[in-house]
Amino acid sequence: MGKEKSKSGPLARRPDNSAFKQQRLPAWTPMLTASTVLPSFYLLALICMLLGVWLLLTVQNTQEMKVDYTEAGSCNLCFEMRKNVSNAGQKCTCMIMFSIEKAFKGDVFIYYGLRNFHQNLRRYMDSRDDGQMLGRKSNLKSPSSYCKPFDVDEKGVPIAPCGAVANSMFNDSFILTYYTINGPTVVPLLRKGLTWYTDKNVKYRNPKMDNLTLPEVFEGTTRPPYWQKPVYQLDPFDPNNNGFINDDLLVWMREAAFPNFKKLYGFLYRANKPFTKGLPAGNYSVAISYNFPVQYFKGRKEVVLTTVSWFGGQNHFLPIAYLVTSGLILLTAVVLTVVWWKFGKDGKNMAD
Amino acid sequence: MHSLKLPFHIHRERLPRKRIVGPSFAEDEDLKKVLKSYQSNKIRTTKYSFLSFLPKNLFEQLHRIANIYFIFLAALNFVPVVEAFQPEVSLVPIVLVLSVTAIKDVFEDFRRFHSDRLVNRQLCDLYSSAQKDYVDCCWKDVRVGDFVRLSCNEIIPADMVLLYSSDPRGVCYIETANLDGETNLKQRQVVSDLPLQDSQFSPENFHSRIECENPNNDLNRFRGFIEHASGVRVGLHSSNVLLRSCTIRNTETVIGIVVYAGHETKAMMNNSGPRYKRSLLERRLNRDILWCVALLIVMCLIAAVGHGLWLKNLKDPIFQVDGEMSPALAAFYVFWTMIIVLQVLIPISLYVSIEIVKLGQIYFIHNDLDMYNEEQDSRIQCRALNITEDLGQIQYVFSDKTGTLTENKMVFRRCSIFGVEYPHEENARRLAVYEEDPNRGASRTVTLKSACSRKSLTCRSLSCNRSSVSLHTLTAESGEEDQLSSHPQAKTAAFCSPMAKDVVPDPALEKKLNSLCSSLLHLSDGLFKTTSNLELTYITDFFLALTICNTVVVSSPGQPRHVMREARTPLKSLEEIKVMFQRLSFSPFTTMSTPQMKSSPRSFTSRLFIRGKSGSLTFPTPTNNSPSCPNPEPESYEETSSLKVELNMSAGRGDPIWADQDSKEALKEAQISSDRFKGSMEDQDEDGSSGEDSEDELLYEAESPDEAALVHAARAYHCTLRARSPENLLVELPGIGSLPVRLLHVLPFDSNRKRMSVVVRHPLTGELVVYTKGADSVIMDLAERPKGAEHAQELYSHIREQTQKHLDAYAREGLRTLCIAKKVLEEEEYDVWMKRQLLAESSIENREELLLESAQRLETNLTLLGSTGIVDRLQEEVPETIEALQRAGIKVWVLTGDKQETAINIANACKLLRSSDQLLTANCDNKDACAALLNELIVEVQCGQEGVSEQREDPSSGSTGFILAIDGRTLDWALQEDLRSSFLELSRKCKAVLCCRSTPLQKSKVVQLVRDHLRVMTLAVGDGANDVSMIQVADVGIGISGQEGMQAVMSSDFAIPRFHHLRKLLLVHGHWCYHRLANMILYFFYKNVMYVNLLFWYQFFCGFSGSVMINSWVLILFNLLFTSVPPLIYGVLDQDTAADALEEHPELYQAARSSKVYVPSIFWITILDAFYQSCICFFIPYFALAGSDVDGLSFGSPINTSALFIILLHQVIESHTLTWIHALVLFLSAASYFAFVLLFSTFCIVCSHPTNLLGVEPRQLSTPLFYVICAVTTVTALIPRIFFRSLFNTVHPSALLTKDQRQEAASESYRRRMQRWNQNHARTGLPVCADNPGLVPGQEEVLS
Repeated sequence: MGKEKSKSGPLARRPDNSAFKQQRLPAWTPMLTASTVLPSFYLLALICMLLGVWLLLTVQNTQEMKVDYTEAGSCNLCFEMRKNVSNAGQKCTCMIMFSIEKAFKGDVFIYYGLRNFHQNLRRYMDSRDDGQMLGRKSNLKSPSSYCKPFDVDEKGVPIAPCGAVANSMFNDSFILTYYTINGPTVVPLLRKGLTWYTDKNVKYRNPKMDNLTLPEVFEGTTRPPYWQKPVYQLDPFDPNNNGFINDDLLVWMREAAFPNFKKLYGFLYRANKPFTKGLPAGNYSVAISYNFPVQYFKGRKEVVLTTVSWFGGQNHFLPIAYLVTSGLILLTAVVLTVVWWKFGKDGKNMAD
Repeated sequence: MHSLKLPFHIHRERLPRKRIVGPSFAEDEDLKKVLKSYQSNKIRTTKYSFLSFLPKNLFEQLHRIANIYFIFLAALNFVPVVEAFQPEVSLVPIVLVLSVTAIKDVFEDFRRFHSDRLVNRQLCDLYSSAQKDYVDCCWKDVRVGDFVRLSCNEIIPADMVLLYSSDPRGVCYIETANLDGETNLKQRQVVSDLPLQDSQFSPENFHSRIECENPNNDLNRFRGFIEHASGVRVGLHSSNVLLRSCTIRNTETVIGIVVYAGHETKAMMNNSGPRYKRSLLERRLNRDILWCVALLIVMCLIAAVGHGLWLKNLKDPIFQVDGEMSPALAAFYVFWTMIIVLQVLIPISLYVSIEIVKLGQIYFIHNDLDMYNEEQDSRIQCRALNITEDLGQIQYVFSDKTGTLTENKMVFRRCSIFGVEYPHEENARRLAVYEEDPNRGASRTVTLKSACSRKSLTCRSLSCNRSSVSLHTLTAESGEEDQLSSHPQAKTAAFCSPMAKDVVPDPALEKKLNSLCSSLLHLSDGLFKTTSNLELTYITDFFLALTICNTVVVSSPGQPRHVMREARTPLKSLEEIKVMFQRLSFSPFTTMSTPQMKSSPRSFTSRLFIRGKSGSLTFPTPTNNSPSCPNPEPESYEETSSLKVELNMSAGRGDPIWADQDSKEALKEAQISSDRFKGSMEDQDEDGSSGEDSEDELLYEAESPDEAALVHAARAYHCTLRARSPENLLVELPGIGSLPVRLLHVLPFDSNRKRMSVVVRHPLTGELVVYTKGADSVIMDLAERPKGAEHAQELYSHIREQTQKHLDAYAREGLRTLCIAKKVLEEEEYDVWMKRQLLAESSIENREELLLESAQRLETNLTLLGSTGIVDRLQEEVPETIEALQRAGIKVWVLTGDKQETAINIANACKLLRSSDQLLTANCDNKDACAALLNELIVEVQCGQEGVSEQREDPSSGSTGFILAIDGRTLDWALQEDLRSSFLELSRKCKAVLCCRSTPLQKSKVVQLVRDHLRVMTLAVGDGANDVSMIQVADVGIGISGQEGMQAVMSSDFAIPRFHHLRKLLLVHGHWCYHRLANMILYFFYKNVMYVNLLFWYQFFCGFSGSVMINSWVLILFNLLFTSVPPLIYGVLDQDTAADALEEHPELYQAARSSKVYVPSIFWITILDAFYQSCICFFIPYFALAGSDVDGLSFGSPINTSALFIILLHQVIESHTLTWIHALVLFLSAASYFAFVLLFSTFCIVCSHPTNLLGVEPRQLSTPLFYVICAVTTVTALIPRIFFRSLFNTVHPSALLTKDQRQEAASESYRRRMQRWNQNHARTGLPVCADNPGLVPGQEEVLS
């Protein structure tokens, strides 16, 4: 507009004759008709079909094994025991037997699964203090109000890590045993590297040590009420896996999207025979230190063994989704073809 | 013009709301206090000050319900139990919306502030009592009671009462273009009876006190009086007042006392802001927003109930944070949480978006080259910013005729005098030639150019540096007023168009006029015929009336707008002649002469008077007595002979030309003589300024174009208006030369009287004569049968009959008719009238009514002289436009003040009325007849329609239609309560309706009736003040920025230069705007419902707890940022059909209107589709990831990404055109999303609790699963829409589509043509017709 004012003469107010101002920009007009759409429909159907088949083949090569141990076998006793809150301090172990028909080839992931556990409740998700777990000293001693009622204990001592999420951490542990002809062999598990790189290194950190030991750093705080051990003693074997950067804690802190979920417990350590190629077929047992109560929310607990493909664990839905989509597109394409044959072929739409 | 000292009694109570003004330096303490209480001249049109901005702007914005809702949500989020996001997150939307609006407001306000400052800092000369002199002073420091001195071409800083003018007659001229767009000069008069008028005015000597009414916005009214120290009171009225922002012209110095300052000035009080109207679409939109609210509440209720039930089944689980809460209470809290979470469902940003989109649409309408008129150098002005889409829904168009359908460029076409018709064949031919001139466009531009250059030249020659302050700085209005301020140029040029000026005289009439001279000779021979002589007097009077009965301001380009001083009339000789006339005052022809002569025995001596006067004039300048036909009223033999004697005596020479019967030579001589006379005038003139103008260089500036046309016509017959001063006119008559005519009174035109009159002292007879010019109906009623001799009566009624016949014929031809009448006043009669007139003029209360009454008293017993027919040509492309509008299913009504015949003729000419149509006329004398007639007509129409019912389906096919022509009186009855419905029923069945003889009030009533009772969208288009009410009543008011003032434009929503622009405005821009906006709104609803539902579905998996799987910032910004621009672009740029196709096939307009893009069914289909898409978009990722170790945010990531793609691609599917702008915006939208989430998940370590994105997105983007999910989701979600759309388009291979494809090629070639033209244009720089390359001007033939 400013430019116009500088103009003068009889046609001073004549608008610019530019394609933009006259709304005559060259434009592509997407006209959706059978004739324009059909080729891409057929092409799309084909692509979806191929993708679906490929995915299906990939999924066929993955294996998954779920062992529900909530009340199975000897765990029934523990289940009953955990019903009573007063027994929370007592230890309970149990063992489940299972067998693998077909060997798990390649990397094997061991998960623990929970059903009906709502990690995605709004109030639950809120109940954490990322600042505290980032190692901020101020937050360590005075946790965020979001952590209520798990910010301080009855005596007013701050809880570390605070909040319902950390408090409700899954604390069963598993020992897998493989029964060979030679006798039982403990399946070696890697319990490290379970977390995202960013979680372990950026998002969560222990408070600054300043030449102190971890317990000294956490002095003046207390463990979450449901926990049996303080945060700096989560891993008795690896001192570097303690505090806010404990892998199990970090895995737990990444709240699951759905009430039925699994969380990574460890990988199969494939350095020694007979596990170099994965889990061989045969009989297995899993010894469980049964601590986590699930009866309050009618939940289930399970151990999940799985191998993965390039697009994650065993997932039958996606190939099916692709195949169904492909079928739908094909169907619509056929309908359109028929319609086009009957209506649109009279040359008008064929013009270009 | 005349003010009289009136010894008023003290009637203070007559001015209950008054203000007292005196000199600001007076000692009177009371007065000082009073003056201080008035506003100063500082103007502040800004809404806010620096400090008050924040609270005030916030307060204003909070008047919007939408904003309140937003704030409510933000506040809700601060309540811990229901909080859904971090508090600051929920503040984002409201802050964003408020700040966008605030920034817009600041920007607008700053512009106002800037212009205010410019205005306030202008300088003017203010009298300072301390320095006893005038000092420079800013406008803002001027106060009421101050004396301000202004020079030529200065702008008046405040409303002042004029106290002194350097002009010896105490007048000054002002131009009110800044105020009302009228460019003709207006006279203002110094307050009469100021004792200090002659000497240099000194404020120190001014001790009077002014009382006037309180500030008001009536530009044409000022009531008050000035009370001199002596106690004498003088009435003040609008002619004594100089209004702010007018410009002083042609007067060296004026001094006035400020009475109203600053915001209390009339200019400021008239300055109302832009109009706010609510469009139909917006009203529907509000309804659907309520639906959204309902939907929101339902969803929240579902969540609340679900949460309550879910909680009930749980028994204090470990993940339950506050387990002691009862399920009902928790459900209640969840309800509010959900309202916060799902708040986006209510498209708050929609209101802001709509405003932005409308601004964009208006930008393009404003810049449309097709809506630009070169001749006036004006483009469309959009004054209402928020009803663009209503343009696409118009069902009824109400149009004014004059100036709207026609050009309002009046050209004299023919006339009838003394019952004799002068067809002016040559004139007709010339007009026809002019119309058919193929290079009309070019020639017009040339005239325009020359006019402009002439103007600029004159400005230079005047060397009065015309103030550069344009109107917008004065009235603090932006943009559009710029056009007003430059408009005058074009307007003046239009008046000077050669077509209007060059009237080819009718040979017969010219001969008669010339035979005036010859008859004089015959007179001397005694071969005088009474009737023909009488006819000659008629002719002379007729032309004299044309010349002087007007308010035309004369200026010559050499001295533009400088009114020439009239020649000093040798008044002494007048006295001599009077004496002489006494001697000769008898006549045997008294009864034979014109009836009015009968009443005036002195008329006789007028011959002498003429002779004597011209003689006395010629005495010092001998060239002047050469006139060949000196006597226009050779009524008696005796007179002429005595005249001759007289002439011979005074001039002292027998004129050889006198005897010359060759009229041509005589005329030539007359011309020469007048030129010489001019030359001599130069010597006489004090200024020496008036002399140099030659015959062709007089400029007439008239308030209405027909006045100018008549003056030009008279000039063609050598009756030239040479100069005008308030009390005198200088008229040049053929063969006589310049004569001063004493102008006693002007009774200006008003629409009630429909006529104007001047009272003059006849230059030849010395009688007091009233010349009246007005609408034929009025004049014919007022023209009374003369009493007296029978044959005179007979003759008179014959004239009347003939004239009426001619008038009818003119009307049939589509000419504008005016009647000219005359009345001779007795001196006593005049005195009596004069007294009451003065009383009326000086009265303060009821002045207008009294003046009207007074004028009516004078304008009686008129003698009909003749009538004129003025051609008002149709504007270009009017028939095509009307046809297009009708084909578009729009009913066109013409509401005009003209006669029925004229209206029907115009309707014929503009193809509103076709030969196949049946015309129904409704003229009734009383109400019962009217009722009966209406019913009869309804039956008739029904019968007729049954006959052609099969054809009626296509109204554009030119089948028989009914046209109703109704006149004003009948309309009055038809508009009454009980006849209304039958009138509506009838008019609904008619193709078009012509309302003739309608008043402005009737026009607005008709529009209102149709609008309210038929519930249709109406549009009114007009150009004059009489259309204002109609324009304001209609849903869309359109002003034609043509010849008549600016009132129509000021009250309109859109102002277009020509009527035919309506076609593109409605058919193309209206269609587009409606489509764009409707589709954009639907898209907005779709987008919000689709996105919000994703969150809703998630509630089924999180115990209805109100948690979200998407980062809260992304959630909030998704609608506000990432997907907000594409719909705007869509709303501004989308073209569902090419412009050319829309113009070529107006039916598309109707189709679009009846199919109605934005109707409930479409709304619900859209909502359903949104539900479907959100289901797909949620559940495919859900099933793909269910049971895995996925965390909430990683689950949300593919959902959000596919939602983004679905929403953007949905837009692509919905768009009809995609340009690089669309592509760019779509790309940037997607890019901004990814950029945001990536940055956010990389750098934001603890923020956005509890939905911390850290590490999520980079990880997701690096896993194949993410892409696999997004791909299938996006495709599946969009397939149905694509499928149904292509199915629909295939099954209905709509005309629309094929036309589209055809037009695409055409528009491409058009574009190329434009480019080529641009290049040519750049090379040559020729101002040729730009808006239509290869233009073949429409050749509408008005005249049959």
